[in-house]
Amino acid sequence: MFLACAVEAVEALTIVLAVGVTRSWRSALTGVGAATLALAVIVAALGPALTALPIDVLRVVVGGLLLVFGLQWLRKAVLRYTGLKALHDEDKAFAEETDAARAAGRPDAGFDGYSFTIAFKGVLLEGLEVAFIVLTFGASQHNVGLAAVAAAVAIAVVVLAGVLVRAPLARVPENTLKFFVGVMLTSFGIFWGTEGAGATWPGGDAALLVIIPGVALAALGMVRWLRRAHGVQRPLGETA
Amino acid sequence: MSWIVRAARAVWEFVVGDDPLTAFGVVAALGATALIAGAGAPAWWVMPVAVLALLGLSLRRAAR
Repeated sequence: MFLACAVEAVEALTIVLAVGVTRSWRSALTGVGAATLALAVIVAALGPALTALPIDVLRVVVGGLLLVFGLQWLRKAVLRYTGLKALHDEDKAFAEETDAARAAGRPDAGFDGYSFTIAFKGVLLEGLEVAFIVLTFGASQHNVGLAAVAAAVAIAVVVLAGVLVRAPLARVPENTLKFFVGVMLTSFGIFWGTEGAGATWPGGDAALLVIIPGVALAALGMVRWLRRAHGVQRPLGETA
Repeated sequence: MSWIVRAARAVWEFVVGDDPLTAFGVVAALGATALIAGAGAPAWWVMPVAVLALLGLSLRRAAR
């Protein structure tokens, strides 16, 4: 969960840095504050509702959502490893955002609506995934508070790193993290979804020790299969 | 377009993303697990098999 939140924070930080550096730090940070407030309201509203569900219903809902999200992350990571989808490049994303910010004209002397809107949208959209992961993992363990603290620490680490290097965090091995997070979300989704649907795992919780490596190996096998099918020769992780 | 429709579309985009077949497949697999478990047969194997099949199919579609 920590890693998933860190990956999303890297993407949000790139957007905020781009509009802050090019236009208005004050308006961009106001946008960050407004989005953070909106996310806190969403977590506060949905958290208690989720934890109030009966345990089997909760497991099916959480398992299903984790699977849908996990498979999306895994699919993107596998496609990026095979070179069929470009690796996410924070330097390139930063350059595109700054170009767009400059093209939007000169910022107003006071409050800059462009900086506010872009920072708000970026943080809200990336933050929604964080909020979703916090809610699903937190609700399934009946501890949304602890999950929220872990997410906040992950985001703080990324922001601190961004402030220290004053540049987009391009060296973060984002696709490897995404692959790992995709494997974890998918594995927990399989585990909780199956239990919620009324089936019992052989070995109980220990089944996760087989499911997680099993999903990882299968996904790596799919990387190999796609690379072979499309004649890709580059080593894993190199850009297309 | 009313704000309800816009909000519903945003939720759909956020949860389902660009691969609705995978999302429907997950729901179908959960349903199949519940049916088999309800009949008293072992059903733990359904989700792992279904999920790996869904990932493979999704990748094949994306790679075309």
